[in-house]
Amino acid sequence: MSYSYLYARRRIVNMVSLSISVFTMLFGLFWLGWILWTLLDNGLPGLSLHVFTQSTPPPGSNGGLINAIVGSLMMVFVGVLIGTPIGILAGTYLAEFGQRGWLAPLTRFINDILLSAPSIVIGIFVYAVYVAKVGHFAGWGGAFALAILVIPVVLRTTENMLRLVPNSLREAAAALGAPQWKVISFVTLRAARAGILTGILLAVARISGETAPLLFTALNNQFWSSDMNKPLSNLPVVIFQFAMSPYEDWQKLAWAGALIITLSVLTLNILARVLFRQKANSQ
Amino acid sequence: MTAEQIISAPKVIVRDLNFYYGADRALKDINLVIPEKMVTAFIGPSGCGKSTLLRTFNRMYELYPKQRATGEILLDGENLLDKKQDLNTLRAKIGMVFQKPTPFPMSIYDNITFGVKLYERLSSHEMDDRVEWALKKAALWNEVKDKLNQSGTGLSGGQQQRLCIARAIAVKPQVLLLDEPTSALDPISTAHIEKLIDELKKDFTIVIVTHNMQQAARVSDFTAYMYLGDLIEFGDTSTVFTNPKRKETEDYITGRFG
Repeated sequence: MSYSYLYARRRIVNMVSLSISVFTMLFGLFWLGWILWTLLDNGLPGLSLHVFTQSTPPPGSNGGLINAIVGSLMMVFVGVLIGTPIGILAGTYLAEFGQRGWLAPLTRFINDILLSAPSIVIGIFVYAVYVAKVGHFAGWGGAFALAILVIPVVLRTTENMLRLVPNSLREAAAALGAPQWKVISFVTLRAARAGILTGILLAVARISGETAPLLFTALNNQFWSSDMNKPLSNLPVVIFQFAMSPYEDWQKLAWAGALIITLSVLTLNILARVLFRQKANSQ
Repeated sequence: MTAEQIISAPKVIVRDLNFYYGADRALKDINLVIPEKMVTAFIGPSGCGKSTLLRTFNRMYELYPKQRATGEILLDGENLLDKKQDLNTLRAKIGMVFQKPTPFPMSIYDNITFGVKLYERLSSHEMDDRVEWALKKAALWNEVKDKLNQSGTGLSGGQQQRLCIARAIAVKPQVLLLDEPTSALDPISTAHIEKLIDELKKDFTIVIVTHNMQQAARVSDFTAYMYLGDLIEFGDTSTVFTNPKRKETEDYITGRFG
Protein backbone atom coordinates (compact mmCIF):
# COMPACT_ATOMS: atom_id res chain seq x y z
CA MET A 1 0.00 0.00 0.00
CA SER A 2 1.49 3.33 -0.98
CA TYR A 3 2.03 6.15 1.47
CA SER A 4 0.06 8.63 -0.60
CA TYR A 5 -3.01 6.43 -0.31
CA LEU A 6 -2.53 6.18 3.45
CA TYR A 7 -2.04 9.91 3.66
CA ALA A 8 -5.20 10.67 1.64
CA ARG A 9 -7.19 8.28 3.82
CA ARG A 10 -5.96 9.97 7.00
CA ARG A 11 -6.85 13.37 5.60
CA ILE A 12 -10.40 12.23 4.84
CA VAL A 13 -10.84 10.63 8.26
CA ASN A 14 -9.51 13.80 9.87
CA MET A 15 -11.88 15.99 7.83
CA VAL A 16 -14.92 13.84 8.59
CA SER A 17 -14.29 13.67 12.33
CA LEU A 18 -13.53 17.37 12.48
CA SER A 19 -16.81 18.15 10.68
CA ILE A 20 -18.75 15.89 13.03
CA SER A 21 -17.29 17.50 16.14
CA VAL A 22 -17.84 21.02 14.82
CA PHE A 23 -21.41 20.13 13.94
CA THR A 24 -22.16 18.68 17.38
CA MET A 25 -20.63 21.74 19.02
CA LEU A 26 -22.82 24.03 16.90
CA PHE A 27 -25.85 21.84 17.67
CA GLY A 28 -25.28 22.25 21.40
CA LEU A 29 -24.56 25.95 21.13
CA PHE A 30 -27.67 26.47 19.02
CA TRP A 31 -30.00 25.48 21.86
CA LEU A 32 -28.05 27.50 24.38
CA GLY A 33 -28.20 30.48 22.04
CA TRP A 34 -31.92 30.00 21.52
CA ILE A 35 -32.56 29.89 25.28
CA LEU A 36 -30.53 33.05 25.80
CA TRP A 37 -32.28 34.76 22.91
CA THR A 38 -35.75 33.85 24.20
CA LEU A 39 -34.82 35.07 27.66
CA LEU A 40 -33.47 38.35 26.35
CA ASP A 41 -36.40 38.81 23.99
CA ASN A 42 -39.00 38.30 26.72
CA GLY A 43 -37.06 39.49 29.72
CA LEU A 44 -35.50 42.72 28.51
CA PRO A 45 -38.82 44.60 28.03
CA GLY A 46 -39.68 43.72 31.65
CA LEU A 47 -36.36 44.94 33.02
CA SER A 48 -36.80 48.42 34.41
CA LEU A 49 -35.56 50.33 37.42
CA HIS A 50 -38.75 49.25 39.22
CA VAL A 51 -37.55 45.66 39.15
CA PHE A 52 -34.66 46.60 41.40
CA THR A 53 -36.47 49.07 43.66
CA GLN A 54 -39.93 47.68 44.33
CA SER A 55 -41.28 44.50 45.83
CA THR A 56 -43.48 41.98 44.05
CA PRO A 57 -46.84 43.59 43.29
CA PRO A 58 -50.41 42.31 43.44
CA PRO A 59 -51.76 41.65 39.94
CA GLY A 60 -52.59 44.76 37.99
CA SER A 61 -50.26 47.18 39.74
CA ASN A 62 -46.64 48.23 39.30
CA GLY A 63 -43.89 46.44 41.15
CA GLY A 64 -40.54 44.81 40.98
CA LEU A 65 -38.49 41.93 42.29
CA ILE A 66 -36.23 43.51 44.90
CA ASN A 67 -37.62 41.37 47.75
CA ALA A 68 -37.05 38.22 45.69
CA ILE A 69 -33.55 39.27 44.61
CA VAL A 70 -32.47 40.08 48.17
CA GLY A 71 -34.10 36.92 49.55
CA SER A 72 -32.35 34.77 46.97
CA LEU A 73 -29.00 36.44 47.63
CA MET A 74 -29.38 35.91 51.39
CA MET A 75 -30.28 32.25 51.12
CA VAL A 76 -27.63 31.48 48.50
CA PHE A 77 -25.04 33.30 50.61
CA VAL A 78 -25.93 31.48 53.84
CA GLY A 79 -26.25 28.17 51.99
CA VAL A 80 -22.76 28.54 50.50
CA LEU A 81 -21.40 29.78 53.84
CA ILE A 82 -22.62 26.62 55.58
CA GLY A 83 -22.02 24.14 52.79
CA THR A 84 -18.57 25.20 51.57
CA PRO A 85 -16.49 24.58 54.72
CA ILE A 86 -18.14 21.19 55.23
CA GLY A 87 -17.57 20.26 51.59
CA ILE A 88 -13.94 21.40 51.56
CA LEU A 89 -13.08 19.70 54.85
CA ALA A 90 -14.80 16.44 53.88
CA GLY A 91 -13.23 16.52 50.39
CA THR A 92 -9.82 17.10 51.96
CA TYR A 93 -10.37 14.14 54.26
CA LEU A 94 -11.25 11.89 51.34
CA ALA A 95 -8.32 12.98 49.21
CA GLU A 96 -5.61 13.20 51.85
CA PHE A 97 -6.57 10.62 54.47
CA GLY A 98 -8.98 8.41 52.56
CA GLN A 99 -6.56 5.69 51.43
CA ARG A 100 -7.19 3.36 54.33
CA GLY A 101 -10.20 2.20 56.31
CA TRP A 102 -13.88 1.91 55.48
CA LEU A 103 -15.09 5.40 56.43
CA ALA A 104 -13.79 7.15 53.32
CA PRO A 105 -15.32 4.79 50.72
CA LEU A 106 -18.62 4.93 52.61
CA THR A 107 -18.53 8.74 52.71
CA ARG A 108 -17.72 8.84 49.01
CA PHE A 109 -20.63 6.52 48.23
CA ILE A 110 -23.12 8.53 50.30
CA ASN A 111 -21.86 11.74 48.75
CA ASP A 112 -22.48 10.33 45.28
CA ILE A 113 -26.06 9.58 46.29
CA LEU A 114 -26.44 13.09 47.69
CA LEU A 115 -24.99 14.54 44.50
CA SER A 116 -27.65 12.89 42.39
CA ALA A 117 -30.54 13.21 44.86
CA PRO A 118 -33.50 15.09 43.36
CA SER A 119 -33.56 18.53 44.95
CA ILE A 120 -37.24 18.17 45.79
CA VAL A 121 -36.28 15.34 48.15
CA ILE A 122 -33.90 17.69 49.93
CA GLY A 123 -36.73 20.22 50.17
CA ILE A 124 -39.13 17.69 51.72
CA PHE A 125 -36.37 16.53 54.09
CA VAL A 126 -35.75 20.06 55.40
CA TYR A 127 -39.50 20.57 55.58
CA ALA A 128 -39.83 17.51 57.80
CA VAL A 129 -36.87 18.14 60.10
CA TYR A 130 -36.98 21.93 60.28
CA VAL A 131 -40.08 23.66 58.88
CA ALA A 132 -42.55 21.22 60.47
CA LYS A 133 -40.72 21.50 63.82
CA VAL A 134 -40.69 25.32 63.98
CA GLY A 135 -44.19 25.42 62.59
CA HIS A 136 -43.76 27.92 59.77
CA PHE A 137 -41.87 28.43 56.51
CA ALA A 138 -38.64 30.34 56.98
CA GLY A 139 -35.63 31.65 55.10
CA TRP A 140 -33.30 29.56 57.28
CA GLY A 141 -34.97 26.41 55.99
CA GLY A 142 -34.25 27.52 52.42
CA ALA A 143 -30.64 28.24 53.30
CA PHE A 144 -30.25 24.81 54.94
CA ALA A 145 -31.75 23.06 51.94
CA LEU A 146 -29.38 24.94 49.61
CA ALA A 147 -26.44 24.12 51.90
CA ILE A 148 -27.24 20.42 51.55
CA LEU A 149 -27.09 20.88 47.78
CA VAL A 150 -23.77 22.73 48.01
CA ILE A 151 -21.95 20.11 50.11
CA PRO A 152 -21.73 17.25 47.58
CA VAL A 153 -20.68 19.54 44.71
CA VAL A 154 -17.92 21.21 46.71
CA LEU A 155 -16.85 17.92 48.30
CA ARG A 156 -16.52 16.18 44.97
CA THR A 157 -14.58 18.98 43.27
CA THR A 158 -12.31 19.45 46.29
CA GLU A 159 -11.44 15.75 46.33
CA ASN A 160 -10.86 15.63 42.58
CA MET A 161 -8.74 18.76 42.54
CA LEU A 162 -6.61 17.57 45.47
CA ARG A 163 -6.08 14.26 43.73
CA LEU A 164 -4.70 16.13 40.73
CA VAL A 165 -1.97 17.60 42.94
CA PRO A 166 1.07 15.43 42.23
CA ASN A 167 2.22 13.22 45.10
CA SER A 168 5.74 14.51 44.58
CA LEU A 169 4.59 17.86 45.99
CA ARG A 170 3.34 16.17 49.16
CA GLU A 171 6.58 14.22 49.43
CA ALA A 172 8.64 17.36 48.94
CA ALA A 173 6.85 19.13 51.77
CA ALA A 174 7.02 16.08 54.02
CA ALA A 175 10.73 15.67 53.22
CA LEU A 176 11.34 19.11 54.74
CA GLY A 177 9.83 17.75 57.94
CA ALA A 178 6.46 19.47 57.68
CA PRO A 179 3.67 17.77 59.66
CA GLN A 180 0.74 16.55 57.58
CA TRP A 181 -1.61 19.39 58.51
CA LYS A 182 0.95 21.91 57.27
CA VAL A 183 1.54 19.95 54.08
CA ILE A 184 -2.19 19.98 53.40
CA SER A 185 -3.06 23.53 54.38
CA PHE A 186 0.01 25.29 52.96
CA VAL A 187 0.90 23.18 49.97
CA THR A 188 -1.75 20.85 48.56
CA LEU A 189 -4.86 22.95 49.25
CA ARG A 190 -3.01 25.97 47.91
CA ALA A 191 -2.01 24.09 44.78
CA ALA A 192 -5.65 23.08 44.25
CA ARG A 193 -7.26 26.39 45.20
CA ALA A 194 -8.23 27.50 41.68
CA GLY A 195 -10.06 24.22 41.10
CA ILE A 196 -11.75 24.35 44.50
CA LEU A 197 -12.93 27.91 43.86
CA THR A 198 -14.36 26.75 40.55
CA GLY A 199 -16.26 24.08 42.47
CA ILE A 200 -17.73 26.66 44.81
CA LEU A 201 -18.81 28.82 41.87
CA LEU A 202 -20.37 25.76 40.24
CA ALA A 203 -22.29 25.14 43.43
CA VAL A 204 -23.49 28.76 43.51
CA ALA A 205 -24.63 28.43 39.92
CA ARG A 206 -26.36 25.16 40.73
CA ILE A 207 -28.34 26.49 43.71
CA SER A 208 -29.17 29.89 42.24
CA GLY A 209 -31.91 28.41 40.11
CA GLU A 210 -33.17 25.72 42.48
CA THR A 211 -36.92 26.02 43.01
CA ALA A 212 -38.12 22.79 44.60
CA PRO A 213 -36.09 22.97 47.84
CA LEU A 214 -37.27 26.53 48.43
CA LEU A 215 -40.90 25.76 47.70
CA PHE A 216 -41.01 23.55 50.79
CA THR A 217 -38.86 25.71 53.05
CA ALA A 218 -38.68 29.46 52.41
CA LEU A 219 -41.89 29.43 50.36
CA ASN A 220 -42.39 33.01 49.27
CA ASN A 221 -43.22 36.42 50.65
CA GLN A 222 -45.03 39.01 48.63
CA PHE A 223 -43.72 41.83 50.77
CA TRP A 224 -40.31 43.18 51.59
CA SER A 225 -38.66 41.09 54.29
CA SER A 226 -35.12 40.23 55.22
CA ASP A 227 -36.07 38.16 58.25
CA MET A 228 -34.63 34.67 57.85
CA ASN A 229 -37.10 33.39 60.47
CA LYS A 230 -40.07 34.24 58.28
CA PRO A 231 -41.08 33.09 54.83
CA LEU A 232 -38.62 34.70 52.45
CA SER A 233 -39.20 35.73 48.88
CA ASN A 234 -36.80 34.36 46.26
CA LEU A 235 -36.43 34.52 42.51
CA PRO A 236 -37.06 30.87 41.53
CA VAL A 237 -40.34 30.54 43.44
CA VAL A 238 -41.51 33.98 42.25
CA ILE A 239 -40.72 32.96 38.68
CA PHE A 240 -42.59 29.71 39.20
CA GLN A 241 -45.69 31.42 40.63
CA PHE A 242 -45.74 34.44 38.34
CA ALA A 243 -45.09 32.47 35.17
CA MET A 244 -48.00 30.15 35.98
CA SER A 245 -50.36 33.06 36.67
CA PRO A 246 -52.85 34.37 34.10
CA TYR A 247 -51.74 38.01 34.65
CA GLU A 248 -49.63 39.48 31.94
CA ASP A 249 -47.67 41.88 34.18
CA TRP A 250 -46.72 39.00 36.48
CA GLN A 251 -45.58 36.95 33.51
CA LYS A 252 -43.44 39.87 32.39
CA LEU A 253 -41.80 40.02 35.81
CA ALA A 254 -41.20 36.26 35.71
CA TRP A 255 -39.31 36.67 32.41
CA ALA A 256 -37.30 39.51 33.91
CA GLY A 257 -36.45 37.34 36.94
CA ALA A 258 -35.38 34.43 34.74
CA LEU A 259 -33.13 36.77 32.78
CA ILE A 260 -31.60 38.13 36.00
CA ILE A 261 -30.75 34.65 37.30
CA THR A 262 -29.28 33.55 33.98
CA LEU A 263 -27.21 36.69 33.54
CA SER A 264 -25.84 36.54 37.08
CA VAL A 265 -24.81 32.89 36.71
CA LEU A 266 -23.26 33.71 33.34
CA THR A 267 -21.40 36.69 34.78
CA LEU A 268 -20.16 34.58 37.68
CA ASN A 269 -18.79 31.97 35.31
CA ILE A 270 -17.10 34.50 33.05
CA LEU A 271 -15.67 36.30 36.07
CA ALA A 272 -14.26 33.06 37.41
CA ARG A 273 -12.61 32.30 34.08
CA VAL A 274 -11.09 35.76 33.81
CA LEU A 275 -9.78 35.62 37.37
CA PHE A 276 -8.21 32.18 36.92
CA ARG A 277 -6.69 33.12 33.61
CA GLN A 278 -4.97 36.10 35.24
CA LYS A 279 -3.77 33.89 38.07
CA ALA A 280 -2.48 31.27 35.65
CA ASN A 281 -0.60 33.93 33.67
CA SER A 282 1.02 35.45 36.72
CA GLN A 283 2.38 32.08 37.80
CA MET B 1 41.79 -2.01 50.58
CA THR B 2 38.09 -2.17 51.21
CA ALA B 3 35.80 0.81 50.94
CA GLU B 4 35.27 0.80 54.69
CA GLN B 5 38.96 1.29 55.24
CA ILE B 6 39.12 4.13 52.76
CA ILE B 7 36.29 5.89 54.49
CA SER B 8 37.74 7.49 57.54
CA ALA B 9 34.71 9.58 58.45
CA PRO B 10 31.48 7.63 58.05
CA LYS B 11 28.36 9.80 58.15
CA VAL B 12 25.71 7.19 57.59
CA ILE B 13 26.09 3.47 58.23
CA VAL B 14 23.49 1.09 56.82
CA ARG B 15 23.30 -2.30 58.55
CA ASP B 16 21.30 -5.33 57.42
CA LEU B 17 18.67 -3.18 55.81
CA ASN B 18 15.65 -4.93 54.33
CA PHE B 19 12.73 -3.17 52.74
CA TYR B 20 9.28 -4.46 51.91
CA TYR B 21 6.49 -3.23 49.64
CA GLY B 22 3.77 -5.33 51.22
CA ALA B 23 5.15 -8.84 50.88
CA ASP B 24 7.71 -7.95 48.19
CA ARG B 25 11.24 -7.69 49.46
CA ALA B 26 12.76 -4.77 47.58
CA LEU B 27 16.05 -4.43 49.47
CA LYS B 28 18.04 -7.42 50.66
CA ASP B 29 20.43 -7.16 53.58
CA ILE B 30 22.05 -3.93 52.50
CA ASN B 31 25.28 -2.98 54.30
CA LEU B 32 26.82 0.31 53.30
CA VAL B 33 28.83 3.25 54.62
CA ILE B 34 28.23 6.77 53.36
CA PRO B 35 31.30 8.99 53.91
CA GLU B 36 30.98 12.50 55.27
CA LYS B 37 31.17 15.48 52.91
CA MET B 38 31.56 13.32 49.86
CA VAL B 39 29.24 12.40 47.02
CA THR B 40 27.99 8.83 46.96
CA ALA B 41 26.12 7.64 43.87
CA PHE B 42 23.66 4.75 43.66
CA ILE B 43 23.51 3.28 40.16
CA GLY B 44 21.77 0.30 38.65
CA PRO B 45 19.01 -0.62 36.22
CA SER B 46 15.38 0.45 36.79
CA GLY B 47 13.74 -1.37 39.66
CA CYS B 48 17.04 -2.30 41.32
CA GLY B 49 16.06 -0.53 44.53
CA LYS B 50 18.37 2.47 44.41
CA SER B 51 15.55 5.01 44.91
CA THR B 52 13.97 2.77 47.54
CA LEU B 53 17.26 2.73 49.43
CA LEU B 54 17.52 6.52 49.22
CA ARG B 55 13.97 6.92 50.50
CA THR B 56 14.68 4.89 53.61
CA PHE B 57 17.24 7.50 54.72
CA ASN B 58 14.53 10.04 55.53
CA ARG B 59 11.78 7.45 56.03
CA MET B 60 9.84 8.86 53.08
CA TYR B 61 8.16 5.47 52.75
CA GLU B 62 6.16 6.13 55.92
CA LEU B 63 3.78 8.26 53.86
CA TYR B 64 2.47 5.04 52.40
CA PRO B 65 0.81 2.17 54.18
CA LYS B 66 2.24 -1.33 53.64
CA GLN B 67 5.80 -0.11 53.17
CA ARG B 68 8.30 -0.94 55.90
CA ALA B 69 12.00 -1.28 56.59
CA THR B 70 13.97 -3.45 58.99
CA GLY B 71 17.58 -3.15 60.05
CA GLU B 72 19.54 -0.08 61.04
CA ILE B 73 20.51 3.20 59.44
CA LEU B 74 22.89 5.05 61.71
CA LEU B 75 23.39 8.80 61.29
CA ASP B 76 26.35 9.73 63.48
CA GLY B 77 25.63 6.58 65.46
CA GLU B 78 21.92 7.26 65.97
CA ASN B 79 19.49 4.76 64.47
CA LEU B 80 17.12 6.59 62.12
CA LEU B 81 14.77 3.65 61.79
CA ASP B 82 14.13 3.61 65.53
CA LYS B 83 10.41 4.21 66.08
CA LYS B 84 11.34 6.65 68.85
CA GLN B 85 13.29 8.78 66.38
CA ASP B 86 11.29 11.96 65.75
CA LEU B 87 10.48 12.13 62.07
CA ASN B 88 10.52 15.91 61.77
CA THR B 89 13.89 16.28 63.48
CA LEU B 90 15.24 13.53 61.27
CA ARG B 91 14.06 15.32 58.15
CA ALA B 92 15.63 18.57 59.34
CA LYS B 93 18.98 16.75 59.30
CA ILE B 94 18.40 14.96 56.01
CA GLY B 95 17.12 17.01 53.09
CA MET B 96 15.83 15.64 49.81
CA VAL B 97 15.48 16.78 46.20
CA PHE B 98 13.28 14.87 43.82
CA GLN B 99 13.34 13.81 40.19
CA LYS B 100 10.78 16.34 39.03
CA PRO B 101 11.17 19.88 40.32
CA THR B 102 8.58 20.45 43.05
CA PRO B 103 8.27 24.18 43.70
CA PHE B 104 5.45 24.92 46.12
CA PRO B 105 2.61 27.13 44.82
CA MET B 106 3.94 30.21 46.58
CA SER B 107 6.56 32.90 46.04
CA ILE B 108 10.23 32.07 45.60
CA TYR B 109 10.90 33.65 48.99
CA ASP B 110 8.17 31.64 50.73
CA ASN B 111 9.41 28.45 49.08
CA ILE B 112 12.72 28.89 50.90
CA THR B 113 11.25 29.97 54.24
CA PHE B 114 8.67 27.16 54.37
CA GLY B 115 11.17 24.64 55.71
CA VAL B 116 13.18 27.10 57.80
CA LYS B 117 10.08 28.25 59.68
CA LEU B 118 9.43 24.68 60.78
CA TYR B 119 12.53 24.68 62.97
CA GLU B 120 13.70 28.21 63.61
CA ARG B 121 12.23 31.52 64.66
CA LEU B 122 14.17 34.12 62.77
CA SER B 123 13.72 37.86 62.62
CA SER B 124 12.75 39.09 59.19
CA HIS B 125 16.27 40.40 58.70
CA GLU B 126 17.81 37.05 59.61
CA MET B 127 15.31 35.32 57.34
CA ASP B 128 16.26 37.58 54.43
CA ASP B 129 19.90 36.66 55.02
CA ARG B 130 19.06 32.96 55.14
CA VAL B 131 17.11 33.14 51.88
CA GLU B 132 19.97 34.95 50.18
CA TRP B 133 22.49 32.45 51.59
CA ALA B 134 20.50 29.44 50.39
CA LEU B 135 19.85 30.88 46.94
CA LYS B 136 23.52 31.79 46.56
CA LYS B 137 24.56 28.29 47.61
CA ALA B 138 22.19 26.90 44.99
CA ALA B 139 23.64 29.28 42.35
CA LEU B 140 20.23 30.82 41.76
CA TRP B 141 20.52 34.17 43.54
CA ASN B 142 21.59 36.25 40.56
CA GLU B 143 18.70 35.01 38.48
CA VAL B 144 15.94 35.58 41.04
CA LYS B 145 17.11 38.30 43.41
CA ASP B 146 14.80 40.86 41.76
CA LYS B 147 11.74 38.64 41.73
CA LEU B 148 11.66 36.92 45.09
CA ASN B 149 7.97 37.68 45.43
CA GLN B 150 7.04 36.01 42.17
CA SER B 151 5.70 32.50 42.12
CA GLY B 152 8.25 29.69 42.17
CA THR B 153 6.24 27.80 39.58
CA GLY B 154 7.04 30.49 36.97
CA LEU B 155 10.74 29.58 36.83
CA SER B 156 12.27 27.33 34.18
CA GLY B 157 12.73 23.63 34.96
CA GLY B 158 16.42 23.99 35.78
CA GLN B 159 15.78 27.03 37.95
CA GLN B 160 12.94 25.23 39.72
CA GLN B 161 15.27 22.36 40.55
CA ARG B 162 17.89 24.75 41.94
CA LEU B 163 15.11 26.40 43.94
CA CYS B 164 14.30 22.99 45.39
CA ILE B 165 17.98 22.48 46.26
CA ALA B 166 18.03 25.94 47.89
CA ARG B 167 14.89 25.06 49.81
CA ALA B 168 16.45 21.85 51.06
CA ILE B 169 19.76 23.41 52.16
CA ALA B 170 18.07 26.45 53.74
CA VAL B 171 17.15 24.16 56.63
CA LYS B 172 20.90 23.47 57.01
CA PRO B 173 20.72 19.69 56.85
CA GLN B 174 23.78 17.47 57.22
CA VAL B 175 22.88 15.06 54.46
CA LEU B 176 21.36 15.86 51.09
CA LEU B 177 19.51 13.14 49.18
CA LEU B 178 19.19 13.70 45.44
CA ASP B 179 16.79 11.35 43.67
CA GLU B 180 17.65 11.56 39.96
CA PRO B 181 17.78 15.35 40.23
CA THR B 182 18.63 16.00 36.58
CA SER B 183 16.63 13.39 34.70
CA ALA B 184 13.89 15.91 33.85
CA LEU B 185 16.34 18.63 32.82
CA ASP B 186 18.11 19.68 29.63
CA PRO B 187 21.89 19.22 29.31
CA ILE B 188 22.76 22.82 30.22
CA SER B 189 20.65 22.75 33.39
CA THR B 190 22.14 19.35 34.16
CA ALA B 191 25.65 20.76 33.88
CA HIS B 192 24.60 23.58 36.25
CA ILE B 193 23.36 21.13 38.84
CA GLU B 194 26.42 18.89 38.55
CA LYS B 195 28.71 21.85 39.11
CA LEU B 196 26.56 22.77 42.06
CA ILE B 197 26.85 19.28 43.57
CA ASP B 198 30.62 19.65 43.43
CA GLU B 199 30.33 22.91 45.39
CA LEU B 200 27.82 21.59 47.90
CA LYS B 201 29.89 18.63 49.01
CA LYS B 202 32.15 21.03 50.88
CA ASP B 203 29.30 21.52 53.35
CA PHE B 204 27.01 18.54 52.96
CA THR B 205 27.15 14.79 52.69
CA ILE B 206 25.47 14.02 49.39
CA VAL B 207 23.82 10.84 48.19
CA ILE B 208 22.64 10.83 44.59
CA VAL B 209 20.58 8.30 42.68
CA THR B 210 21.17 8.46 38.96
CA HIS B 211 20.29 6.57 35.82
CA ASN B 212 23.13 8.23 34.05
CA MET B 213 26.44 6.41 34.57
CA GLN B 214 28.50 9.24 33.12
CA GLN B 215 26.90 11.49 35.69
CA ALA B 216 27.84 9.11 38.50
CA ALA B 217 31.38 9.02 37.16
CA ARG B 218 31.52 12.81 36.91
CA VAL B 219 30.07 13.87 40.24
CA SER B 220 30.59 11.08 42.75
CA ASP B 221 33.48 10.02 44.98
CA PHE B 222 31.93 6.67 45.82
CA THR B 223 29.60 4.47 43.83
CA ALA B 224 27.23 1.68 44.81
CA TYR B 225 26.00 -0.62 42.08
CA MET B 226 22.69 -2.29 42.86
CA TYR B 227 20.76 -5.01 41.12
CA LEU B 228 17.39 -6.54 42.05
CA GLY B 229 17.53 -5.28 45.63
CA ASP B 230 21.10 -6.42 46.25
CA LEU B 231 24.10 -4.20 46.71
CA ILE B 232 26.46 -5.80 44.22
CA GLU B 233 29.48 -3.58 44.58
CA PHE B 234 30.52 -0.54 46.52
CA GLY B 235 33.76 1.35 46.33
CA ASP B 236 35.42 4.57 45.27
CA THR B 237 34.09 5.68 41.94
CA SER B 238 37.26 5.40 39.91
CA THR B 239 37.79 1.80 41.02
CA VAL B 240 34.20 0.80 40.38
CA PHE B 241 34.30 2.28 36.90
CA THR B 242 37.80 1.28 35.80
CA ASN B 243 38.49 -1.90 37.71
CA PRO B 244 35.26 -3.40 39.06
CA LYS B 245 35.63 -6.47 41.23
CA ARG B 246 32.38 -8.08 40.14
CA LYS B 247 31.53 -9.24 36.66
CA GLU B 248 27.93 -7.95 36.98
CA THR B 249 29.19 -4.43 37.64
CA GLU B 250 31.52 -4.56 34.68
CA ASP B 251 28.72 -5.77 32.40
CA TYR B 252 26.49 -2.93 33.52
CA ILE B 253 28.96 -0.09 33.27
CA THR B 254 30.31 -1.24 29.94
CA GLY B 255 26.77 -1.31 28.60
CA ARG B 256 26.57 -5.03 27.96
CA PHE B 257 23.59 -5.15 30.25
CA GLY B 258 20.93 -2.79 31.59
